[in-house]
Amino acid sequence: MTLQQMGKMAGIATLPLLILGIVLGIILWGSFNWALELTNTEKFCISCHEMEENVYQEYQETGHFNNRTGVRATCPDCHVPREWIHKVARKIRATNELYHKLMGTIDTPEKFEANRLELAMHVWKTMKENDSHECRNCHDFDSMDFEKQEPRSADRHEEAIDEGKTCIDCHKGIAHHLPEGWEEAAKAAGLQD
Amino acid sequence: MKNTIITATATVFMLLLVPDTLSAGVESLRGALPLDAPAKIFSAKRQQKVEGGFERSWKQQPPPIPHEIDKDRISLRENTCLKCHSKENHEKEKAPEVGKSHYIDRTGKKLTRISQRRWFCNQCHVPQVEASPLVGSTFQPLPQKK
Repeated sequence: MTLQQMGKMAGIATLPLLILGIVLGIILWGSFNWALELTNTEKFCISCHEMEENVYQEYQETGHFNNRTGVRATCPDCHVPREWIHKVARKIRATNELYHKLMGTIDTPEKFEANRLELAMHVWKTMKENDSHECRNCHDFDSMDFEKQEPRSADRHEEAIDEGKTCIDCHKGIAHHLPEGWEEAAKAAGLQD
Repeated sequence: MKNTIITATATVFMLLLVPDTLSAGVESLRGALPLDAPAKIFSAKRQQKVEGGFERSWKQQPPPIPHEIDKDRISLRENTCLKCHSKENHEKEKAPEVGKSHYIDRTGKKLTRISQRRWFCNQCHVPQVEASPLVGSTFQPLPQKK
């Protein structure tokens, strides 16, 4: 059945049907994307006290929150991929976080601290697997001027390029506190040299 | 009667003058500024970066830190200094190793992890800033045996 036949059957002309479809499409798709983006803001993240009381407080002490040039990386910049399909995949996986929110798994700072190592290991593992994808939204080996880096940093970065390392292999705990016993655990899991 | 008037007048004048004479030469810590004026701002001193480190002033001096440490954190659970300076990591990070003495507890027992009483690095090791000393010093180290 063609669109024209469908139109005739319903007693609607083809053109208005088409326009209606387009308008509805824009509204539905637009509102879906709008809602998706709404959950992709720092304000949304810290509307849960689990995030506001723990990770957000620590993050405010770090260079990704406050620095010389005033460029800021907010929660989703580091924790949500920018590409649409990966973003939606991450959002679907975030339903697990809703479950734990309901269960109150980390609803006190003490519970959060008790789970910190596990939570951190999840993030480190993901970042290791996706080649520190979110870091590379902003940081790029090709754009680094090794002349302007400290000699020690430049050496280590060149080494990292040669050995095919990824950001998270070395840069752990840069925006949040490190869990107790992180080094041994990360080494055992192959996430740290 | 005349005397009484003179004494009374003098007393009133003296009382009026007292607050002024008392406050002269005494200055609040924020300087001789009106109450509603903002305090004097001192420019922040940056922590120094010195390639190769600082020379020790005497043999047993805990070496000063020749780099910025404002991004580093030491707490009950984490110590970011050890990311580079620990026994395990110093070689690959090309950083000076924590002294051997720091892996010995107070009974002389050797430890695999850094001794708890050495955990807070900046109790002894401190960064330096480019600031002229407030008080001069004529300190000289003892001549060292070569």
